[in-house]
Amino acid sequence: MPLSEYVGISEVNGPFILIENTPDAFFGELVDVGVPGGKTRRGRVVSLSEKATLVQVFGGTDKLVPNETRVRFLNRALDISLAANIVGRKFNGLGEPTDGCGPVFGGRRIDANGMPLNPMARQYPKDFIHTGISAIDTLTTLIRGQKLPIFSGNGLPHNQLAVQIATQARLMTSENFAVVFAGIGIKHDDAEFFMRELSEKGRSNNIVTFLNLADDPVIERIATPRMALSAAEYMAYELGMHVLVIITDMTSYCEALRELGVAAGEVPSRKGYPAYLYSDLASLYERAGVVRGVSGSVTQLPILTMPNDDITHPIPDLTGFITEGQIVLSRDLDGKGIYPPIDVLTSLSRLMKDGIGKGFTRDDHPGVASQLFASYSRVQDVRSLAGVVGEDELSKTDKSSLEFGGLFENKFLRQGTDEDRDIGFSLDMGWEILSALPKGDLTRLSLDEIKEHIKEDTE
Amino acid sequence: MLDNNDARLGRVDMINGPVINARGMRNFAMREMVRIGEKRLLGEIIRMDGDSATIQVYEDTQGMRVGEEIEGSGESLSVSLGPGLIGGFFDGIGRPLAALLDKEGMYITPGIEVPMIDPEKAWEIKPVAAAGDMVTAGTLLGTVQETGLVLHRVICPSNIEGELTWVVPEGRITSGGVVARVKVASGKEVDVPLTQRWPVRTPRPYRDRLLPDEPLVTGQRVIDGLFPIAKGGTAAIPGGFGTGKTVTQHQLAKWSEAQIVVYIGCGERGNEMTDVLEQFPVLEDPRSGRPLMERTILVANTSNMPVAAREASIYTGITIAEYFRDMGYDVALMADSTSRWAEALREISGRLEEIPAEEGFPAYLPSRLAEFYERAGRVVTQYGENGSVSIIGAVSPPGGDFTEPVTRHTKRFIRCFWGLDKNLANARHFPAISWLDSYSEYAKEVEEWFGANVEPKWGELREKSRAILLEDEKIQQVIRLVGEDVLPDDQRLLAYTAFLVKNGYLQQAAFGSDSYSPPSKGFAILDLIMHFYDRGMELVRQGVPISLIRENEAVENLTHLREIQSDDKSSFDDARTKLDNHLNRVETERTREQGGAE
Repeated sequence: MPLSEYVGISEVNGPFILIENTPDAFFGELVDVGVPGGKTRRGRVVSLSEKATLVQVFGGTDKLVPNETRVRFLNRALDISLAANIVGRKFNGLGEPTDGCGPVFGGRRIDANGMPLNPMARQYPKDFIHTGISAIDTLTTLIRGQKLPIFSGNGLPHNQLAVQIATQARLMTSENFAVVFAGIGIKHDDAEFFMRELSEKGRSNNIVTFLNLADDPVIERIATPRMALSAAEYMAYELGMHVLVIITDMTSYCEALRELGVAAGEVPSRKGYPAYLYSDLASLYERAGVVRGVSGSVTQLPILTMPNDDITHPIPDLTGFITEGQIVLSRDLDGKGIYPPIDVLTSLSRLMKDGIGKGFTRDDHPGVASQLFASYSRVQDVRSLAGVVGEDELSKTDKSSLEFGGLFENKFLRQGTDEDRDIGFSLDMGWEILSALPKGDLTRLSLDEIKEHIKEDTE
Repeated sequence: MLDNNDARLGRVDMINGPVINARGMRNFAMREMVRIGEKRLLGEIIRMDGDSATIQVYEDTQGMRVGEEIEGSGESLSVSLGPGLIGGFFDGIGRPLAALLDKEGMYITPGIEVPMIDPEKAWEIKPVAAAGDMVTAGTLLGTVQETGLVLHRVICPSNIEGELTWVVPEGRITSGGVVARVKVASGKEVDVPLTQRWPVRTPRPYRDRLLPDEPLVTGQRVIDGLFPIAKGGTAAIPGGFGTGKTVTQHQLAKWSEAQIVVYIGCGERGNEMTDVLEQFPVLEDPRSGRPLMERTILVANTSNMPVAAREASIYTGITIAEYFRDMGYDVALMADSTSRWAEALREISGRLEEIPAEEGFPAYLPSRLAEFYERAGRVVTQYGENGSVSIIGAVSPPGGDFTEPVTRHTKRFIRCFWGLDKNLANARHFPAISWLDSYSEYAKEVEEWFGANVEPKWGELREKSRAILLEDEKIQQVIRLVGEDVLPDDQRLLAYTAFLVKNGYLQQAAFGSDSYSPPSKGFAILDLIMHFYDRGMELVRQGVPISLIRENEAVENLTHLREIQSDDKSSFDDARTKLDNHLNRVETERTREQGGAE
């Protein structure tokens, strides 16, 4: 079927253009928009009726002259050309190669929106991913096929942490491992940091990069994570690789969505974000997992910066409702000079319950983790009490609680940016710092576990 | 119902995401299901205006063109009801996901048609009625042993009444088969199929409503002990993300004393459904020892599946629940999460450009919630037996704020409120059901049952432990300001007892042997803790310092009582003896000291 082309558009409004009488267009169809002498831009049909078609133009509508604008309907949806040789390559936010090596050779066009995975086809993720970071391995364990975002704030070392996870991540069994990196509206410096660190640490030959930089068109940000996830799914389900997808910054993505929604005149919901923000984010985050009978997997590690460090803001809030937990970074810990500044109490890994303990990590893992949470939670109460009455006035139990708090933050949490700790080492350290507490406080451990691991007081 | 003219052929004239507009729709019915275009996508008519109609489409509309044809189905959104539902896993509009997987592979492609129950599937039927019998709505016609746990009662549907002219002989029947033939008043003979259809938005009829006075035992100590739910009752579990809504729902689905469990995953994670699918077939029902899957039905529209079908999933689930209730069973329905359903309403409403009420939600949100929760209840069925549907709905308030519209309106229509507390969840105290915010209006109504069946002291223990927890909250405020040491010993004993209740009784791991805790075990724990409190208080009044009472292994071990197996009575007795020995010793020493002083 020949492609249809129309000259002249009737309306330009923000990133949208309106074209009249386009009988063959379909919902979601891609178009090329061009003006004589200008660069061709990509667009997508977002609404259509008998009379007119509304097209969202990636790359913006600047300099479009309504009378001269040519719109070519491409008879395909938002898609990306993929082949085995994409590993190691770089693309822009729309999935076009930017590394100067030409188009993807022998590629197959795949719909970037993906399709919902049948829940029956999924396999429940259970395999422990070693990250070498005590706070993550012990308390918010990353599982293969999980979607575990990092909730951060501006100025916190989330990029450093993401790099450390990406370079130290080891699956206990398989080696066929790759990283897909999607930068959405990120600063040139940040992009540079990622590329440099990952190549220095020997991950550059199995990484695929999709970059939409801060000064690239906002509208392209809608496409970037979809391109990256399509590539990841292709690598996982067709090439059998275990793919770790790092997406940063999801906040830029949501801002772009809001900008678009407002421009389209939609009824806004909380804080001006569109009512479908939850469904839209879910259509991205749910593209992680393990499929029965397929050897690869997609693990997602999206990074988002919480506006004003507010975890109840719609972006982190809706994300937390969709993802399988979250790793929250704390400005307070960062201020104390502790790296990684992970606030373990608000952090959570929903999948760890089935991926730790006997047969996975170590028998005592669930008990130690639960007790560390409970005891560290109490430290917060004791600290605020000490702030009122002074440390000297505290009871013996409370004093031991403070001591435990200090050990937890300075020994257990704090580690070097290159320090790769074994899970057994982390758990032993957990027991060591727990022994600072009286036994009566260890209510989360069973009597047998206490007897086995905590030495009897001799006093 | 097929029309042989073009009067029932519409055409798409506008597409806006999951909402489309069509023309030529004059002869279609409001709420009728339609098939759209080349891909035969499923949709439902939600608004009619002259020749044009607005349709919400249950599948992804990408690729749809203006001018595509629309074909009517002649029925509103309906489900198939009959043997073959148990153990099944359906999407929001009732398509079996296992069959979709076989047919189309790992992705759900738009436009697939698969019958909800495979008509070829064979069953063994035992007829109960005989030719010549007069039947009416609710008459038992026969039974099918559907699973090891469920005897499926084939009951005469509500629109058929008359004389039986033929009944299927004992033996093999397929799901698509006919059970009986009835001569109705008009003299016409009608077939009663084994699998019937029912429109999901219409509640199924029953004879009479009963008061809910029997508890739905859940095996969760905080619920059974403090905030019980009745069979036929309604409960809501609101909580921000990470507070354990889904884990609590899974716990209830696993251990509730219901004969049938319907679990609706509405706009939630795919992996959570996979978790249920992998766990339930291997987990045993604690009462019968059979796999839990033999009484469970799953309905799921995960968050990445089309939004309109998410709205439908709630109705699909409740209709299935009512169908089993009508056989005289106690059904527990879990809806996780009703907020996603409300948001689906909001999304569709936004696309229809309706005037929004609070926070963008449509003005009819409260009435929809009421309609849903009112489909719960304990009833006398048309069949004559008592049956019930209990609804437990999770609510996901944005930012964990319980004043938002969905939580607030839900509270108006439920009678049991299990509020999840972020601070408890952060300290990994699970289930994170707050003992301060939660309430149960059924507590008084079910007290008699617990008193008669479990423990005569049930009501007393409940009152006492709640009073201690409430008093403790006040004491904790003082402790946060000045520390514990300055308090009088009676208050310190109370605070310590509250600590024991929280850590030894309320806290319950979702995994391992404590996951299911029968009421008898819970009461044994609570009884012992209260025994300690009473005796401790006597000693405090005699002037014994709290440290002497508290610092002993027998007391500290009160937080480990839950590690004892529920049927291990001797260990509980042992713990009581040790505790009494310790307290006796403290008392004797005290008396001796006083004697010496005099």
